[in-house]
Amino acid sequence: MSKQTLAQKLLAAASGRAAVQVGEILTCRVDLAMFHDSSGPRRLAPMLEALGTGLWDRDKVVLVMDHYVPEADDESRRIVRIARDWAREQALPHVYDSMGICHVVVPEHGHIRPGMFCVGGDSHSPTGGAFGAYMFGIGSTEMLGVVASGEIWVQVPQTLAMRWDGRLRAGVTAKDMALAMIGRFGMNGGRYQAVEFCGEAVRALSMQERMTLSNMSAELGSQVGLVAPDQTTLDYLHAAGVAGARELELAHWRTDADAEVELHAFDADTLAPQVAAPHSPANAAPVGDYPPTPIQAGYIGACTGAKLEDLRAAAEVLKGRRVAGGVTLMVAPASRRDQRQAQEEGVMDVLVQAGAQVLPTSCGACSGYGGSIPEGANVISTTARNFKGRMGSETAQVYLASPYSVAAAALTARITDPREVLA
Amino acid sequence: MSAPTQHRAWRVGADVDTDQLAPGAYMKFGIEEIARHCLQGVRPEFAAEVRPGDVLVAGANFGIGSSREQAAAALVHLGLAAVIAPNFNGLYFRNAFNVGLLLITCERAGEIAEGEAVTLDLERRLVLRASGDALPCAEVPGFLLDMVRAGGLMNLLKRRLAEGSLPRHPMRA
Repeated sequence: MSKQTLAQKLLAAASGRAAVQVGEILTCRVDLAMFHDSSGPRRLAPMLEALGTGLWDRDKVVLVMDHYVPEADDESRRIVRIARDWAREQALPHVYDSMGICHVVVPEHGHIRPGMFCVGGDSHSPTGGAFGAYMFGIGSTEMLGVVASGEIWVQVPQTLAMRWDGRLRAGVTAKDMALAMIGRFGMNGGRYQAVEFCGEAVRALSMQERMTLSNMSAELGSQVGLVAPDQTTLDYLHAAGVAGARELELAHWRTDADAEVELHAFDADTLAPQVAAPHSPANAAPVGDYPPTPIQAGYIGACTGAKLEDLRAAAEVLKGRRVAGGVTLMVAPASRRDQRQAQEEGVMDVLVQAGAQVLPTSCGACSGYGGSIPEGANVISTTARNFKGRMGSETAQVYLASPYSVAAAALTARITDPREVLA
Repeated sequence: MSAPTQHRAWRVGADVDTDQLAPGAYMKFGIEEIARHCLQGVRPEFAAEVRPGDVLVAGANFGIGSSREQAAAALVHLGLAAVIAPNFNGLYFRNAFNVGLLLITCERAGEIAEGEAVTLDLERRLVLRASGDALPCAEVPGFLLDMVRAGGLMNLLKRRLAEGSLPRHPMRA
């Protein structure tokens, strides 16, 4: 049999084949379908009603209320009510209401495991690739097809192997790796193929950091962003309460040594913190390349930027210090569980004492569904996208960076290399 | 097969993202309201002046960003016949066909002028310019063309349920 990439192995398993060839169009069986209050029930329920059919397998469905909570107005209340009513009516076994952002809450509860084939009703669904699962985002009509049939088509992608040699230095994170790759390849550099993150520096990353990498593969324009599962994966799943996690298959779920990939090599040792200028993640450049740039607001939020480790990173910078006068720093933790843990560790206290405002745990300003970003301001944010108007303000200039860099900018009121503060 | 059809072109640049097509602030409303604000940031007159059968001609990376299919459905609602661009975001590509929007991948789309009358010849995989220039396009897989002709995935699912090739599942728990 020809050598197979991890992506090919995952698709072969999902389509019931021994091996698959790049370019083939397959029908895959779906192991998990995740959607949220915005992409899910309000769109799916009326379409299922019109078709006169129901869910193919409710055990494989996970619903997360994260986009319109907490409900800010009548329209939001209506949308969230539809989701809650439908969850009850369908007796959905897996519902996470106002617990945090789907891409963090779903893995947190052990739903995504190596070897699975999953779809999500959100573009950042490739986050699941961090667990060695084939997971990608789809729109609501395609999700309708999935929940009605349990199947979806996929064209077997090439694999772009992003190999990171060496080790990240203090104050440099997976977010900086992601921005560096997007800066190099652009927002469609992934060509809707499979990206696989590999190499020593990736192996050294925690699961939450790997999730940040996989999450941002959406900004690379790839279909999936995979990381081969290893002991780090199994330890996370064990802690998440997955029965038998430590015995899960690992050896099969990796790219064969001489499988055909397009290899790109990066050096983690020399990677500097990255900042993406308005209005594209592809405008990423080393923080040191920026001229003096004043900042009026910082936002630490989103699935890609406010997990427990992101909050810890921000606290490392802000501990015993105060946010500069005239700067607003907002923190919206990515999940309740991460917020609780950060509270227990004293991380939340550090952030609040430094002057941060703590916002509800939800998609918040990142999705632009309910803006808290001031018009006309220069904003530095841990989120994934800085498209014009994305965060709800047409005139804001949004820079993207790691939680270290956002915290450092909040201290100095300008774009700052966090290593200067940490040193 | 379909005969060649003629269309008026609207030009937009590269990297048109889903927030420009379906701004986040209007996502809580229905498609009519979202469509009214489609591309307001780059072509404020577009939503009011576009006519059914027009085509949008864009630069590279059309549809980057969110999975919100309203970014494609808004163009269907406005009556667009197709979007022609050198390449598309992969997730947007899937969404477009699922909601019945034809996407034409044409490397030389940038040669088409604002307001120009272009002819789509799907059978020969060509966009014909007013000047007579023929711009080659990528092949659209047959099952996706069928989906657009059916008006999107919803109608195909209806058909499959009716003919029994897709089993029905209980509508309530």
